[in-house]
Amino acid sequence: MTLKFMGYRRENGRVGVRNHVVILPLDDISNACAEAVANNVKGTIALPHHFGRLQFGRDLELFFRQLIGIGSNPNVAACVVIGIESSHWTTRVAEGIAKTGKPVAMFGIERYGDFNTIERASRKAKEFVHWASELQREECEIADLVVSVKCGESDTTSGLAANPTVGKVVERLTAAGASCSFGETTELTGGEHIVAARMRTPELRDKFMALFNDYQALIMREEADLLGSQPTQGNIIGGLTTIEEKALGNIQKIGNCMVDGVLESAEYIPPRTGKLWFMDTSSAAAEAVTLWAAGGAVIHLFPTGQGNVVGNPIVPVIKLTANPITVSTMSEHIDVDVSGVLRRELTLDQAADKLMDMIIRTANGRLTSAEVLGHREFVINKLYRSA
Amino acid sequence: MAVKFFVHHEKDTVGVAVADIKAGETATGWVMDTDNEITVTAINDIPLGHKIALCDISAGDTVIKYGESIGKTTQAVKKGEHVHIHNLKTARW
Repeated sequence: MTLKFMGYRRENGRVGVRNHVVILPLDDISNACAEAVANNVKGTIALPHHFGRLQFGRDLELFFRQLIGIGSNPNVAACVVIGIESSHWTTRVAEGIAKTGKPVAMFGIERYGDFNTIERASRKAKEFVHWASELQREECEIADLVVSVKCGESDTTSGLAANPTVGKVVERLTAAGASCSFGETTELTGGEHIVAARMRTPELRDKFMALFNDYQALIMREEADLLGSQPTQGNIIGGLTTIEEKALGNIQKIGNCMVDGVLESAEYIPPRTGKLWFMDTSSAAAEAVTLWAAGGAVIHLFPTGQGNVVGNPIVPVIKLTANPITVSTMSEHIDVDVSGVLRRELTLDQAADKLMDMIIRTANGRLTSAEVLGHREFVINKLYRSA
Repeated sequence: MAVKFFVHHEKDTVGVAVADIKAGETATGWVMDTDNEITVTAINDIPLGHKIALCDISAGDTVIKYGESIGKTTQAVKKGEHVHIHNLKTARW
């Protein structure tokens, strides 16, 4: 099997598998401008979102990490940032992205209005698209990939086959020198002792358990009963009964790997470590994939049971399932069918071969089902309400 | 005989149907970690993906899957019975 692929090597040495020109609104009220620019200039993609005004404290820092991280992701060739004010926050995001060395331009709407801003930003975006369209893919090593993993609409087939397939691939990718990341803090409930035991050092174990216990404390503080949302109705229809069962299936995705790092939400995942990194994430698919995209993941592996359809605007999301009903009823969403494992026609190693092959093809440019279907879920994670 | 359910771990007290199992059917299961086969006669219909009890389990006992606890029974469960939200509950929340 080839362990090389053709990727885009960026100015800072990082490797992307896509070549997006992103129009990034700083805040909710700049979405209209950003979308107008993306409509004017083909070959760009706008990333509208709901926040960026009056945030403060840790929530604001998380917001900046997400926006700067998305723009800095090596799947992005160049970036146009548009904010209502051309001052502090817009500048911070544009300058944060520019540290990668990629082309970045910044526009403020105040004193210009939408029309003038759209025109100026469109001219710059057009220049970026011409430039990006001439960039050539070059040979890269699989060690250059940063791959995140998260499952969704899981059922018992996820724990039997789709998740262990991802687990074997995570073992192979890290052995080849790539960096991988998993998370889903709350969905480890019932299996957290197993994840804790995989932490390489006592310090990492303490850091992981502190993040895990923080979330449990939040649930207690809100006097919330997660029964009803964990497991979800889809999980229950698929045969999953309890959060413990879901968690034990979930952690099959890390295979036999040890964990060498514990990251905050949207924290930078260092490339070429050959290590597995835990990131504190929600278990909601679009929110979690957005955090990994901001952390620098260039491919996401998404095993599903009942059929989650999530995608991301800048990171290809590869879907696999072992549920034969999902394969037949939702085939347009599935990139890799591993249902043969349930019929004992396919071993987990053979299923991992199929997924590795799809990773290489996707890295070379094959569009995933989520990309072809236009699933571009981009969801900023928020910690608490704004001022 | 086609295998109708998988068992993750030899200590597990439930298996997972990989094809629909009918009530009264004696189904063959594959224990993944030991590569053994076992048979259980189903008391209820067990849809694909749902769990079948591999032994009698008393009310309030821990149910084992992946060799780990996945919760406690809320009533006595007989070997071959469907195990789901009507007779199994999380021990965590």
